Amino acid sequence: MAAAFKCTTTNYVSVDEKPTKKENCRPDGRELGEFRTTTVNIGKCLCSITTADGSALVKLGNTTVICGVKAELAAPAADSANKGYIVPNVELPSLCAERFRSGPPGEEAQAASQFIADVIENSQMIVKEDLCIANGKLAWVLYCDIICLDYDGNLLDASVFALLAALKNVQLPLVTINEETGLSEVNLKQKNPLIIRKHPVATSFAIFDDTLLIVDPTAEEEDLATGTVTIVTDEEGRLCSVHKPGTSKFTTKKPMGDDGTR
Amino acid sequence: MAAEVVETEAVDGPCRLRRFSCELGLLSRPDGSAAFLQGDTSVLAGLYGPAEAKISKELPDRAALDVLLRPKVGLPGVLERSREQLLQQTCEAVVLGVLHPRTAISLVLQVLSDAGSLLSCCLNAACMALLDAGLPLSALFCGVTCALQPDGAILLDPTARQEQEARAILTFAIASTDRKVLMVTTKGSCSVQEMQQCLAVAQRAADTIFQFYRDSVRRRYSKS
Repeated sequence: MAAAFKCTTTNYVSVDEKPTKKENCRPDGRELGEFRTTTVNIGKCLCSITTADGSALVKLGNTTVICGVKAELAAPAADSANKGYIVPNVELPSLCAERFRSGPPGEEAQAASQFIADVIENSQMIVKEDLCIANGKLAWVLYCDIICLDYDGNLLDASVFALLAALKNVQLPLVTINEETGLSEVNLKQKNPLIIRKHPVATSFAIFDDTLLIVDPTAEEEDLATGTVTIVTDEEGRLCSVHKPGTSKFTTKKPMGDDGTR
Repeated sequence: MAAEVVETEAVDGPCRLRRFSCELGLLSRPDGSAAFLQGDTSVLAGLYGPAEAKISKELPDRAALDVLLRPKVGLPGVLERSREQLLQQTCEAVVLGVLHPRTAISLVLQVLSDAGSLLSCCLNAACMALLDAGLPLSALFCGVTCALQPDGAILLDPTARQEQEARAILTFAIASTDRKVLMVTTKGSCSVQEMQQCLAVAQRAADTIFQFYRDSVRRRYSKS
């Protein structure tokens, strides 16, 4: 399969007037370890979600993912009175690709939501204790909605990036509890940014025939691949998550590949 | 259907597996079934297939495999969907689906009790069910869970308490050919060296588990 894939690559390039046969390059002309052009728009002016407390739009080549964060107040759970909540949700509407039908969330969307929840938890990028306002009485709930607008592969990397950018953009108003009345008072004039402790970055690879690893696969490359692996690292180089959902065997000697130093 | 119960002793040393036991062929309706117990964690797997597929789901060149994981309490949620995806892709890697095109293989897993290392117990039950059903496989696979304790020690097959205290939990699905890694999923953060150490430990433990599979199947078919 890898040989056939390589063969089509060289044929595609040689259609040009100057047949410069580039070995080991992909249909869009990228090297095996090269990411697509990444653009990120953060905040109300550029991202244009005025209703969200924090928002970001990420484009990885054609893959477009938008993340909006809304903060609400809630009572903390009984068994963790000093913790707030972070609720991520990934949506793959039928707009983004023809294989997603409208209706309840499909398996890919649910698995992606669970992956994002795991990345937040494993990397400790937001510590839930920081979201608590008054122990046992009031805490912040951050609803993080990640919506894919255009699916061209590598959803997980784009989602993690959009989430991180949107969370950095969030400004929470100062909330105090009035001691006499017991009610909460929200001061919209005084806003503080969220405390982000770690900055995880996800890097996805497509595996071909157990021998070839390519970074940042497009939708076409993902369909042809025999497997995928996603590795999330933080700024200290610690592994926050290794997600290899089966297919395509790995030996231990296989190098991990270039982790996103972007 | 005769049910075979085979038990194994825990591996000695700092990395111990809990007591395993397995019953094959305990359900009468599915084509293959297995109940796998690791310590107090137990999972029941039932496999139907290769059977006729719905036209919307059939694939022209291979069998369509789908996995359903039912938790012990409550309705399946996002966590179960995520685990189903991991199990499905692991099973698809070993099942020779090209021999049965346009068919459906359904694997249903029911969690009977969860006392830690649930995902690896599900993987083991799935492999035993595939064996019991007699599906053509290119390799066997087993699930091993490693917990990294705060002091850096590696524990195999952690209990629920050990999982809570650990700073990272790594689950591997290891194939029987050359002990290659089919699936990895991690919870918590660890360094690259720690992950490689856990992987080496898990691959050694996989030998015990594969021997256990062999013994179970031998016992099942030795009675005439």
